[in-house]
Amino acid sequence: MHRILYKEKLGPDITLFKFMAPDVAAYREPGQFVLIRISDEGERIPITIADVDRNDGSITLIIQSVGKTTLELAQLSVGDSIPDIAGPLGKPTHIQKVGHVVCVGGGIGTAPLYPVARGMKDAGNRVTSILGARTADLLILEDRMAEVSDRIIITTDDGTKGKKGLVTDAISELVEQGEKFDQCIAMGPPVMMKFVCLLTKKLCIPTIVSLNPVMVDGTGMCGGCRVTVGGKTKFACVDGPEFDGHEVDFDEMMARLNTYKAHERRALEHYSGETGCRLDASIPGGAR
Amino acid sequence: MPEQDPKERIRNLKEVPLGYTAEMAVTEAQRCLQCKTPFCVEGCPVGIDIPGFIGAIEQADFRKGIQILKQKNLLPAVCGRVCPQEEQCQQMCTIGKARKDPCKAVMIGKLERFLADWEREQGEYAVPPMIRKTGKKVAVIGGGPAGLTVAGDLIKYGHEVTVYEALHKAGGVLVYGIPEFRLPKAIVQTEVDYLEKLGVKFRYNFIVGKTAPVKKIIEENDAVFIGTGAGLPRFMRVEGENLLGVLSANEYLTRANLMKAYSFPRTDTPLVTGRKVITVGGGNVAMDCARTALRMGAERSLIVYRRAEEQMPARLEEVHHAKEEGVEFHLLNNPVRLIGNDQGWVTGAELIRMELGAADSSGRRRPIEVEGSEYIEDTDILIVAIGNSPNPLVPGSYPDLSVTSWGGVIVNEVTGQTSVPGVFAGGDIVLGAATVILAMGHGRRAARSMNLYLSSGRWTDLEDALSLCRAEVR
Repeated sequence: MHRILYKEKLGPDITLFKFMAPDVAAYREPGQFVLIRISDEGERIPITIADVDRNDGSITLIIQSVGKTTLELAQLSVGDSIPDIAGPLGKPTHIQKVGHVVCVGGGIGTAPLYPVARGMKDAGNRVTSILGARTADLLILEDRMAEVSDRIIITTDDGTKGKKGLVTDAISELVEQGEKFDQCIAMGPPVMMKFVCLLTKKLCIPTIVSLNPVMVDGTGMCGGCRVTVGGKTKFACVDGPEFDGHEVDFDEMMARLNTYKAHERRALEHYSGETGCRLDASIPGGAR
Repeated sequence: MPEQDPKERIRNLKEVPLGYTAEMAVTEAQRCLQCKTPFCVEGCPVGIDIPGFIGAIEQADFRKGIQILKQKNLLPAVCGRVCPQEEQCQQMCTIGKARKDPCKAVMIGKLERFLADWEREQGEYAVPPMIRKTGKKVAVIGGGPAGLTVAGDLIKYGHEVTVYEALHKAGGVLVYGIPEFRLPKAIVQTEVDYLEKLGVKFRYNFIVGKTAPVKKIIEENDAVFIGTGAGLPRFMRVEGENLLGVLSANEYLTRANLMKAYSFPRTDTPLVTGRKVITVGGGNVAMDCARTALRMGAERSLIVYRRAEEQMPARLEEVHHAKEEGVEFHLLNNPVRLIGNDQGWVTGAELIRMELGAADSSGRRRPIEVEGSEYIEDTDILIVAIGNSPNPLVPGSYPDLSVTSWGGVIVNEVTGQTSVPGVFAGGDIVLGAATVILAMGHGRRAARSMNLYLSSGRWTDLEDALSLCRAEVR
């Protein structure tokens, strides 16, 4: 069992948890994820690890409540436990000194981005971070990202914080101002990653993205997470989750994310019926 | 053996064969000739004293029967259900040979199942007396049939055994792959509980090579067994394979079995369903998928297989059950591409007819495409059940471990020794996708040589030492 040591609400429907998971914490590197199960009848959901603390054996997961499991999870409090956390899974981020790195985080995508940005900073890179969200409430980890960045830019779709516009506008603007980036790391909703990649491809900036498709086991056994990268089928769980963003077939990946949309609605209705509460419509983008 | 009616059973998940009553078991046991030279034992990969346990059933001494069985087989409830007896013990049975049909042999597997079920119903398990602890530590990587067998044997030899399991439940393919209606999960759990009672420790959600490096596990233990199975699904590599509604047999079965998608939304894991389901493949796994699809509500469930029925690797009983339940067999057909709609969902498969040519390296006649015979078969779901390759996770993260060109861990066939001293392997990680009982046979052999290695420290001449031990026993 994995006890909750700490819980913090970062925004509407966004919760930070510290779980006791010493086995996972021991060898985890930035970029890796876990599969969690919150009850004996629960599904296995992949979540990228935002941080670990090897002193107390805890891992930090940031969860956006969009479906039944993530809503149920958000109800848990410090002292409660969940039965399963398996990991760390996936390949770690290839962190090296390249020069100037632009880290682009969209919404909850900033959670997996944070350890990578920190790693890049520690490796001696200059780090520019661009954090975007639909609205100010959905921005997370701004302070922490600022600590590991030489420069930080905020964008919101509705202009409630930072610049009004998209993260891609911010990238273009910086490049127009003469900034040179040796590497881009983009994590966020698939559609954001897709458009960041379209832009950085034109700008010839190598781009890493972190994908979060549907998974079951996370060890390469089910193949549910297959994505097309450079014309070849890859399993995000063992070959990724990070890939060369310029090679990823985002349209196929986004379509595949819809496989269980109808089921997710049913699960949510069933859950609402059980708990008697009326839940708001889900937020697109998926849990991370 | 009595079975659930096909029309009834496709609407539930209960086991299909209902099992012998005590009277039936005794009657069946009476058919055994108690041959002086029991060929059936030779046909058994783990060498069960078959006439011994059948003799005990005949005398209605079921306690004695289960004891004889458990000397060689720790998982009789499983093997009695999923072993291909018609190719093993029952194929060698004198009665079967006299009747020229292994299906008319003494029903050894069903008798094995009877004893195991009888013991479970008694609710008490014979826990063998514990022998002195040796103080040696053993790690078993993978809690499937091979690993569980190794764990059970080595704990009995007095070693300290820890099983590292990547999933949240032990059993491997027994829990994620083989469906409830063929092997009730409660039975597997009982076997795992039994091992825990013997003192085996289980570490769940522990992915060796990820949660901890393989090297660390090797360094911290006196011996290691790798039994991580064949968990890498093969795909057909045809156009459209990443369409929505196209999934591997592993994913389909894992969702349905381990994750209990059949109870969705009471349980949380969903599974795509449709009125028509095509399963591509001709093995037991394909039969499991096609039959699961019926239970998940499909009106039509089709098997598409590129060879003919005679070449199908599935057990006769599985094919028979599938046919009884209404699974349609489209033999000598092969998908060349999959077709989808504008939302990316699969809507059909373009199939091509095949004919059989000369025998290939596997001895089976090679299927050849009939030019111009392509046609479209509509479908809502397509399951790819064309096999699995050895799981690359452990070998991939430990390059010292020698593997074949297709990823199987290379071992000494007698001892199960790998290229790394102190490390043994067996089951599907060595064989590629094979059977539960072969994996258990591997586990049994590896356990014996691991025990000798642990007590003698001999590695380079372990095979010789082992044959010497055997000679002494004789």
